[in-house]
Amino acid sequence: MLEDPFSFVEYIRENPDDFLRFLSQHVQLTLLSVLFGVVIAVPAAILASRVGLLARPLTGIASVGQTIPSLAVLGLLIPFLGIGFRPALVALTIQAFLPIFLNAYVGIRSVDRAVLDAARGMGTSGGQLLRMVELPLASPVIFAGIQTATVQNIAIATLAAYIGGGGLGDLILQGLSTLNGALLFAGAVPVAVLAITTELALGRLRRWIVPEGLRPTGS
Amino acid sequence: MITLDHVSKTFESKGRTVRAVDDVSLTIGAGQLHVLIGPSGSGKTTTMRMINRLETPTAGRITVDGRDVLAMDVVELRRSIGYVIQQGGLLPHLTVAENVAMVPRLLGWQRHRRRERAEELLGLVGLPAGQFADRYPRELSGGQQQRVGVARALAADPPIVLMDEPFGAVDPITRKQLQRELRRVQAAVNKTIVFVTHDIGEAFLLGDQIALMADGRLVQNGTPADLLRRPATPFVTAFTGEDRGLRALEYTTLAEVADAAGSVPATDGDTLPGELSILEAGRELARRGETGVDGFWVSDRGGRKTGYLSYRRFAAMLGEALGPAGATAGEADGDALPA
Ligand SMILES: Nc1ncnc2c1ncn2[C@@H]1O[C@H](COP(=O)(O)OP(=O)(O)O)[C@@H](O)[C@H]1O
Ligand SMILES: [Mg+2]
Repeated sequence: MLEDPFSFVEYIRENPDDFLRFLSQHVQLTLLSVLFGVVIAVPAAILASRVGLLARPLTGIASVGQTIPSLAVLGLLIPFLGIGFRPALVALTIQAFLPIFLNAYVGIRSVDRAVLDAARGMGTSGGQLLRMVELPLASPVIFAGIQTATVQNIAIATLAAYIGGGGLGDLILQGLSTLNGALLFAGAVPVAVLAITTELALGRLRRWIVPEGLRPTGS
Repeated sequence: MITLDHVSKTFESKGRTVRAVDDVSLTIGAGQLHVLIGPSGSGKTTTMRMINRLETPTAGRITVDGRDVLAMDVVELRRSIGYVIQQGGLLPHLTVAENVAMVPRLLGWQRHRRRERAEELLGLVGLPAGQFADRYPRELSGGQQQRVGVARALAADPPIVLMDEPFGAVDPITRKQLQRELRRVQAAVNKTIVFVTHDIGEAFLLGDQIALMADGRLVQNGTPADLLRRPATPFVTAFTGEDRGLRALEYTTLAEVADAAGSVPATDGDTLPGELSILEAGRELARRGETGVDGFWVSDRGGRKTGYLSYRRFAAMLGEALGPAGATAGEADGDALPA
C-alpha cells in the first residue's frame, strides 16, 4: 500500500463529492457536539458551583468519564441508540462535555474571593454576580476547555465511522480494509490539517474573547 | 444612624462553635466616623458585615435609620451602603472608571452620567481621571487600588460607608497619606463611616468614636479622649499603649478642656482655634512667645471666643501627660484633663 504518498490528492480530485460529504459530516459532528457540550456543560458547571451537594458527584463523574476510551463510549451506546450519525453525535457530545464542564467549574470556583465579596457587598443580585463577575472572570478558563474539546473531538470524530456515523474516518476505514493508501491518507491528512488549523484559529480567537483587563501585561 | 441591639453571631465550623460577636450593643451616629478596633479575631469584621447583611446575626437586631436591616431588601440595602475591603476587591476585567461606576450601573444610571460621576470621584481621591480612568486595576499600585476602592464606595453617594481595614495592606508612608486624605474626603462628603482597623494610631487619627472589641465583646465605646482618659478596663489601657499620655495631648482638643468663656473675666491675650490639639497649641504658643496675660482664649470655627485656658492649667496638663510612664494610667477619672 505504499505507493506514491501523494496519490491521495488524486483521489480527492477524482472523487470531490464523496470527499466533501465526509468532510462536511466530520465538521458537523465536531461543531454540533461542541455546541451541545457547551450548552449542557456550562449550565451544569454553574449549577455545581451553586449547589454544594452536586459539586462532588458531577466533578467525580466528569473526571472518571475522561478516562474511558472514546471507542468504548461509542460501543457502549450502541445497545441504546443503535448506529449512525446521531449516536455518534451523542457520544461526541459526552466527550465534549467533560473538559468543558471541568474547566467551567474550576474557572467559576477559582474567582478571587475578595472580588466576589466586594461585588456582593455592592449589591449585585445572584444573576448579576454570575453575568458581570463570575463568567467574565472565568471566561479564559472556560474558553480553554472549549478549545480542548474542539480539537479533541476533531480527532475522536474519526471513530464515528466505526458505528456508521460518517466523517473522514470512513475514508480511513475503507483505506485500511482495502489496503488502499490513497484512501487512507485522503481521510487522515485532512483530519490532521483540520485539528492543527482549528487549534491555531481558536488560539487567535481566545485573544479576542479574554477581557482586556485579564490579559498578561504588555500585550 | 445605625444601631446594634444585643447582637451576637456564632459560627459552626468543623464541629466547633465560635462566638464571633457576643452581645454587642452600639449606636453609630449619622455623619460620624466610628472606628471598630481590637486584636485580630475579636469580631470586628463580623460585626461590620452584619450591617450590610453579608453575615446574619444569630441574635439581636440591627437597624439603619430605624429600619430593621433583616426586613429590608438585601440588594437594595447593600446598594445604599458603600463597602471597602482590605484586599481592594476591584473587578480586574473592568477599567478603573467602570469599577468606580459599578453601583451606579447596578442602579441603572445612564452611561454618560456614570462616567461623569466616576471622573468626579477619581478626582476626589487624588487620581486624575485623565490619567487613571481607562486603566485596569493590575496597572495600579496597591495604594492607588485602595483609592479606587474608596471612590467606588462613594460613587452612588450612599449615606453609610463600611471600611474593613482599607489601608491595612499598603506601606506605612502610603497609609499615612491615605489616612490624611480620608479625613479630607470625609470633611467634604460627611458620611456615616464604620471603619475597622487594628492600628491604634489610625483609630485615634480618624475616629470620632472608637469601639474597642475583644473576644467578640465590646469593651469600651467612646471618643478617643474617653478611651485615653477614662479607660474602662486594664485591657483598654494596655491596648491604647505606653505613650497614651502623649496621645491624650495629641487627640484632646482645646475646645474640650477650656473653661466656658462666661466663667472668666474678659482679658486680653492670644486666641487659638478650639480644634487645635493640646500638643499643637503648645507648639503654637511657643512660636508666638510671651503675652503678659495669664492664659489664652479658645475660639470656635466662626472665630468666636468660647473658652479660656490659663497657662497654669495648660502646663499642668502637659506635665501630667509627659510624666513617668503609667503615672496617669490608674487615674480612671482623669483629674489632669477635665472634660
Ligand atoms: N465564616 C466563618 N466561619 C467560621 N468562623 C468564622 C467565620 N468568620 C469569622 N469567624 C471567626 O469569628 C471570629 C471573629 O472573626 P472576625 O470578625 O473576622 O475578626 P476580626 O475582623 O476582628 O479579625 C474569629 O475567631 C474567626 O475565626
Ligand atoms: Mg477582620
